Amino acid sequence: MHRTRLLDHVILLIGVFIMVMPVVVAFMTSTHEAADIHRNGLSLTWGGHFAETYETVLAREGGFTGKVTGFNMMLNSMILGVGFAVGKIVLSMLAAYAIVYFRFPLASLFFWVIFTTLLLPLEVRILPSYEVMNALRLTNTYTGLIVPLLASATGTFYFRQFFKSVPDELLEAARIDGAGPFKFFIDVLVPLSRTMMAAIFIIMFVYGWNQYLWPTLMTTDEGFFTLVRGIKQILLVWVGSNIPDYNEAFALAILAMLPPVIIVVMFQRWFIKGLTESDK
Amino acid sequence: MRGRSKDQGEQAAAKRVQFASPFLPYLFLAPQLAIIFVFFYWPSAQAIQSSFYLEDPFGFGSTFVGLTNYADVLKSTEYFGIARFTAIFTALVTFFALAIGLLLAVKADGVIRGNATYKTLLIWVYAIAPPAAGLIGMMFFNQHIGPLVEFARWFGWDIKVGLDYFDTAFAMIVVAVWKQIPYNFIFFLSGLQGIPVSVREAAAIDCRSELRRFWTVILPLLAPTAFFLLIINVTYALFDTFGIIDVMVKDKAANNPITLVYKVYMDGFRGNDLGGSSAQSVILMLIVLVLTVFQFRFIERRVHYN
Repeated sequence: MHRTRLLDHVILLIGVFIMVMPVVVAFMTSTHEAADIHRNGLSLTWGGHFAETYETVLAREGGFTGKVTGFNMMLNSMILGVGFAVGKIVLSMLAAYAIVYFRFPLASLFFWVIFTTLLLPLEVRILPSYEVMNALRLTNTYTGLIVPLLASATGTFYFRQFFKSVPDELLEAARIDGAGPFKFFIDVLVPLSRTMMAAIFIIMFVYGWNQYLWPTLMTTDEGFFTLVRGIKQILLVWVGSNIPDYNEAFALAILAMLPPVIIVVMFQRWFIKGLTESDK
Repeated sequence: MRGRSKDQGEQAAAKRVQFASPFLPYLFLAPQLAIIFVFFYWPSAQAIQSSFYLEDPFGFGSTFVGLTNYADVLKSTEYFGIARFTAIFTALVTFFALAIGLLLAVKADGVIRGNATYKTLLIWVYAIAPPAAGLIGMMFFNQHIGPLVEFARWFGWDIKVGLDYFDTAFAMIVVAVWKQIPYNFIFFLSGLQGIPVSVREAAAIDCRSELRRFWTVILPLLAPTAFFLLIINVTYALFDTFGIIDVMVKDKAANNPITLVYKVYMDGFRGNDLGGSSAQSVILMLIVLVLTVFQFRFIERRVHYN
């Protein structure tokens, strides 16, 4: 049935080449000196300036903007990624628990109130969202960076779907044992959801880490810049310099993609499970 | 993709046994609802409200102008140019990302050994942030150092990203498709691997031609996955490509191709045109709502769930 043919492998290898090559070239080029890149173009060979370039990007104060180091930006990205993922899991699990396991008036109203958030991404209401943040004095804070991104219900629907697949017998048994809602949630549901939580953590961490538009609007104070946000800055600084720091730009891009890529590759089983086994 | 049932409200969510508590469910829902109201409904309402007002640029209040902002937006030929580009961009990005993702998934599905390796090598680009992808794309299309520019020169095409409208659009589409292929690949591959062996064997007996078998048996079985991906890809092309576009046009939207979302951002934050930007936001919301309804009503009807 599965007759493997040479052509299949050729197509897959071309696909792999197209997907992998740009990043390999970006990395290799980042180890060359700027002048070298300017003269010879992008490179597939090792340039030997790895340590210098990456040290500059990570540690130099005011490398791009006068105040912030690459290391600071990495820390901010980490705070945004982890904060967002944890926040998403906590909020969504609680909400999904209420929707699936409780009978209460207005349940279907709340369901739709939450459901509608899936229809409109943050991008369509950026300006008013920014104004709300201003009114609440949340610009240039970690809260302002993370919490508004939580206002969509993706996670709630992942967990709702998952809870629905949990056998009813578990709840019946727990109730016979005299377990209340809190006990059932913590002793039965949370342990059962561990792999689901891991999968969602990975997806949400990548999503949070990769945020761009919102951090760009929210953070004018360079101390709050994330790595992904820093990419724009390094491109703006370019204008006017004689030889653009191609190497530093590439190094920054590589640093910005490293943690999410490592997480996705290492935990791809959970990642794929989270993506494919539930509603998005 | 078995778990993708249609949402039927809380009816479908109902368990045979449930807790009854006068206040607990509200307590569990409260954090989520609070955030949704403050950061979703409030700004959305504000967008609608300020779309009817003309804001004084110096901050001395605002005047009610009715539908003027909408009229201004809809009368502008620039806006329609951008809308046209957005439509073309979305269609091309969606089509190519889906087609290439499907092709690779079908090939990976056919290859038993090496499947896991191909999977790993093909999915990780998913994790790259759009602006990082945009930056790499810019370098590859750079006038001085870009290998793709050199490559195109062989064919007599002098690519000038940032200067030439068409070339910039081309580069943007290439980067946006590149970034989205892994996502589609994962879903198509899991969809394919979910098709039972018995179905494949029956199909193999009934139909000799592999290509026809794919069109008549495999593809219809993949339809739910494809429908779901269609929605995701359209949303991606409309919104998530913001980072790619922003990095590639570097705030110089003037002669560059941009999407409607980018225009909302430019007018609101660069142009300080609060009313106009809000009116555009509302128009965009309506477009998204219409698209969603359309997708569910007309396309999903043609999709057969098992």
